[in-house]
Amino acid sequence: MSAISGAYDWLTTGTNWQGDKGVWHRLAEHLYFSGVTLAVSCLIALPLALWLGHIGKGGGLAVNISNAGRAVPTLAVLVLLTLTPLGRHGDLPTFIALVLFAVPPLLTNAYIGMREVDRAVVEAARGMGMSGGQVFRRVELPLAYPMVMTGIRLAAVQVIATATLAAMAGKGGLGRIITAGFNLQDTPQVVAGAVLVALLALLVEGVLAGAGRVLNPMKGRSGAAR
Amino acid sequence: MSSPNCMVTNEWVCGEYLRTRRPELVDAVVQHVGITAASVVIGVLIAFPLALLARHRRAFAGPVLGLTTVLYTIPSLAMFSLLLPLFGLSASLVITGLVLYTLTILVRNFLAGLQAVPDEAREAARGMGYGPVRLLWEVELPLALPAMLAGVRIATVSTVALTTVGAIVDYGGLGTLIMDGLDSDFKAQVLTASVLCVLLAVGADLLLLGLQRWLTPWTRVASGTSRIRRRTDRSGSPDRPGGGSGDTGRREAKAAQAA
Repeated sequence: MSAISGAYDWLTTGTNWQGDKGVWHRLAEHLYFSGVTLAVSCLIALPLALWLGHIGKGGGLAVNISNAGRAVPTLAVLVLLTLTPLGRHGDLPTFIALVLFAVPPLLTNAYIGMREVDRAVVEAARGMGMSGGQVFRRVELPLAYPMVMTGIRLAAVQVIATATLAAMAGKGGLGRIITAGFNLQDTPQVVAGAVLVALLALLVEGVLAGAGRVLNPMKGRSGAAR
Repeated sequence: MSSPNCMVTNEWVCGEYLRTRRPELVDAVVQHVGITAASVVIGVLIAFPLALLARHRRAFAGPVLGLTTVLYTIPSLAMFSLLLPLFGLSASLVITGLVLYTLTILVRNFLAGLQAVPDEAREAARGMGYGPVRLLWEVELPLALPAMLAGVRIATVSTVALTTVGAIVDYGGLGTLIMDGLDSDFKAQVLTASVLCVLLAVGADLLLLGLQRWLTPWTRVASGTSRIRRRTDRSGSPDRPGGGSGDTGRREAKAAQAA
């Protein structure tokens, strides 16, 4: 229990929030890593997955990539890349390792979302004379939207959680508060850092869930999405 | 043959390293396998009753699934840190953290597997005079086994990868070698440990796949059965939009079942 109250004391001490090693700076680094990673991963994964889902090919590929993605230890990728010449380019290893980690869930969820759209609805749309592009934009995409958003939320939360590992390879982010606490054998600081990351992950999950609901193209229609 | 001084020139691939550091590598692999196996086994032992509970008492399902999902959003580094005051620097700290992560995947897949058992099969067994225990062991479990083992496979593979993070408390198996290699800029050690880690994950996955095929011989013969089961799964199980990772887990399970 002393660790919990110690962590509370740590978090309520103003000096811990300021400066280059303070919470605000680490939080900004963390959001920068996570945000860029998520944007790049979406740009890579979503067009590919939606297109594959539209033409209905590559299902095995999507599932296999997702399974293989779980087998790759992000920490190992991060450390490997840090030791290569890429490591001289600052944050590049972090971004590559995190993108590799984020692409599989995005790809799988978007693909499955597209494939789970009722085939009868797609056939009906085609029968009404819609072109492939129209079917994609007006039928498949709105119906696949909930699954695609689930994938983005899942990827976002996992990226935020995993970005802490950057600290173990000597990079920035909230994980540094944890690793610094370990090095100082300061358990309250370790717990405080952990609480901060967990809160950030939950906050982002909540914000994305809310945004997903507001932006839902099927919002307000009866019998929405399955 | 690689030159004998590749450890001095710090090359990525180094036969000399493999020869001279074999005991160290074996120790790390043993620790890695031990931590992973203990985590998954304990996870299964906890997840199974939880899944049964969630199925029988609907009021439990929401909290159980919600709690295990929240656990999954806690970063691994933070998870080990949060447990630090309870366990100190020990292997049980790492195992406890990993068990909590496996629960998210396992509970969802176990529940999905049990719910996918066709009601007709259940009714038929009851009509034949099966009690609840015999129904569970002889009808429901065998039918749910492919989906459940698919969950165990996913949990095992991700646990092998996550174990490396245990390096923060020096119980990371191969992860500890990776971190030591980073600190001393020892490339051969980092690459060797990373490759071994991936090989372990692939090996464990194949082993479990073999186990699954051995335990469920009927799925290979009657492809018609699985088609029926998939159809009931689609209509019969509640889809949770807020499901997080479990959704993919269940869908992957479904896909693995179809494969």
